[in-house]
Amino acid sequence: MCGLVGYTGTDISPPAGEHLLARMNGTIAHRGPDADGLWAEPGIGLGHRRLSIVGLHDGQQPMASADGHHVIAYNGEVFNFVELRAGLEERGHSFRTGSDTEVILHLYAEYGPDCVQHMNGDFAFALWDRSRQRLMLARDRVGVRPLFYTEHQGGLYFASEIKALLTVPGVSAEIDPFALDEIFTLWAPIPPRTGFRDVLELPPGHFMLVEGNTRRIERYWSLDYPEQGDAGDTRPEDEIAEELLALLDDATRIRMRADVQVGAYLSGGLDSSITTALATRHTAQRLATFSVSFASAEHDESAFQQIMSSTLGTLHADVHCDTNDIASCFPSVIAHTERPLVRTAPAPLFLLSGLVREHGIKVVLTGEGADEVFGGYDIFKEDKIRRFSARQPGSRFRPLLFKRLYPYLPNLQNQSAEYLAAFFGAKSAELDDPLASHRPRMRSTAAAKLFFSGDLRKALGGYDAAETLVGQLPEAFGRWHPQHQAQYLETRFLLPGYILSSQGDRMAMAHGIEGRFPFLDHRLIEFASRIPPRLTLKGLTEKHILRKATAHLLPERIANRTKLPYRAPDSQAFAMADAPPYVRELLAPKAIERTGLFNPLAVEKLVAKAGTSGVDGFRDNTAYVGILSTQLWDRTFSSSAGSRLTAAA
Amino acid sequence: MTDTIKDSIRAFIIDSFLFGDTSQAIADDMSLIDNNLVDSTGVLELVFFLESNFGISVKDTEVVPENLDSIGAMAAFIESKRKAAA
Repeated sequence: MCGLVGYTGTDISPPAGEHLLARMNGTIAHRGPDADGLWAEPGIGLGHRRLSIVGLHDGQQPMASADGHHVIAYNGEVFNFVELRAGLEERGHSFRTGSDTEVILHLYAEYGPDCVQHMNGDFAFALWDRSRQRLMLARDRVGVRPLFYTEHQGGLYFASEIKALLTVPGVSAEIDPFALDEIFTLWAPIPPRTGFRDVLELPPGHFMLVEGNTRRIERYWSLDYPEQGDAGDTRPEDEIAEELLALLDDATRIRMRADVQVGAYLSGGLDSSITTALATRHTAQRLATFSVSFASAEHDESAFQQIMSSTLGTLHADVHCDTNDIASCFPSVIAHTERPLVRTAPAPLFLLSGLVREHGIKVVLTGEGADEVFGGYDIFKEDKIRRFSARQPGSRFRPLLFKRLYPYLPNLQNQSAEYLAAFFGAKSAELDDPLASHRPRMRSTAAAKLFFSGDLRKALGGYDAAETLVGQLPEAFGRWHPQHQAQYLETRFLLPGYILSSQGDRMAMAHGIEGRFPFLDHRLIEFASRIPPRLTLKGLTEKHILRKATAHLLPERIANRTKLPYRAPDSQAFAMADAPPYVRELLAPKAIERTGLFNPLAVEKLVAKAGTSGVDGFRDNTAYVGILSTQLWDRTFSSSAGSRLTAAA
Repeated sequence: MTDTIKDSIRAFIIDSFLFGDTSQAIADDMSLIDNNLVDSTGVLELVFFLESNFGISVKDTEVVPENLDSIGAMAAFIESKRKAAA
């Protein structure tokens, strides 16, 4: 794991290029505290910050192939590099190092850009093919590792983080108003858009080839589901569960490969308990586990963390997070996410990676991905109940099922069946909408756009983020089972855009920690996509088949737990009298007016409400955190939002 | 009387749910849910407002969109409660 930077297509001289690369590299030093390297020749330059995990002493980058034909800067891990290397050796390749980096060089020499099809891992890389004078940029299938680029005066500049691109002379940080609309609707920009105008991300599962003036982006992997009518995996449940466990175990095994100690995040929930239990099978050492605990009972899971830790005999450490901690670290969080947030949930994970670093661990397994792959989220149940309710529109019983979804939301528990039906219910025609499963959440989030300023609304010109999203759906989408449609929306958009980015890579790499995700092994994703929905979400029991496959690994109290979504205190983290001074400064009417993105009067009332009675509604919390984080983001990265909005309009 | 009630409710909605934004006209029959003005927390805020300002007590069974989902519905609900109490 590491960070990379680079450029191509400019006439910058190699010495000047190295100077630029050093500056770009300096902004992402946190991603690779162990070493750095630069390489430039006419027309191309690559830079690298290294977090040494595999091939500690011979994996320096940028790395050139023995024949000098190929040079690579690479961020990530190819977990099947051992098997790939053995196969390449059989085909006559010889290796100089023990690193997985060199395996990619040989793999490219053998297969060209199709090399990515052979790689099982989390990666982003830039590979220069000297003989063809061609650059290949590539990103892993689901988007674990980031890769951004921008074009400026004919040159293409790329980097693991946007802040590196902002050091390129002439490249400026301009807010993309459409990205704001997307964040205030979907929690994340829709790829390739980022928060910054003219800075794009290479979407997950894609590579880009740059040859002379030609730039071509190709998708090499996509998530697919059986069409309705195709029963998918029709084997008996036991057989499916058995194969599931074998795949997950192997996915975990190859993710324990490292020349340094591997630890694990342990939230106390089902998913990380499973990955931790499997990890203990594949390490000779006592596994180190890490978790966050909260002062507030509604967020805290430490009792479950203790159960798992003592059951597995792990060396457990925990970082306590209260509202003050969230407020204190939030500016650093935004500097790393490089985009506004509508939730504070990344902040505790920022503290957690700091704890891991203090313990001298560089790599952790996490349980992320299980909810997307095996149908764990409440939103899948919500959609199921909406469809069930729509069959009997007048039923007083069916809408009460919505209460079962959100036992942790007291205000919802107090609602009548009529109100529940009004909030969540849907008419049959609305269920044909491709975004039907996500409309209630999108509506609730987008309600916070009420606070957008007149200038921002003008710049948006009626832009509809949901329409853009629909435009990116595959042609077969409408023929999938509704639950698969909902899983696709989560896996393709929220997972890379928020979970793996703002909560994942960016928070872990802030402290030079590499997260690894057994549930996101592409073999497992492809296998799970054919499991019938009745076996993943069975009735209203989420991840049924996963529970069945792994029940013997876990104490009963963990195995039978209903999912508690990972959440952190939101506006209450900032609305207290002893909040850090930046909160008051950035939310003051003059500061809001200066940024020009929100209505100062409305924000003043929201802040007053938060300070007196507190805000605990979904919309108001979204607005509070969204506005504050946007203000922080603006302060961190730019200087004159008003003029930028005019330019964007 | 009813107009006074409606104006009072309208002012509360503008202040609490629209945060002072008067650019959006709120018709008497406009659905607060369909127009994203209230969520589950907002409903409870509405009930608290009605009880505090109009001398009525709202039973759990009365917390339904039919009574609370528009300014007009709330005004009619308040009137009927007052008549019943008179």
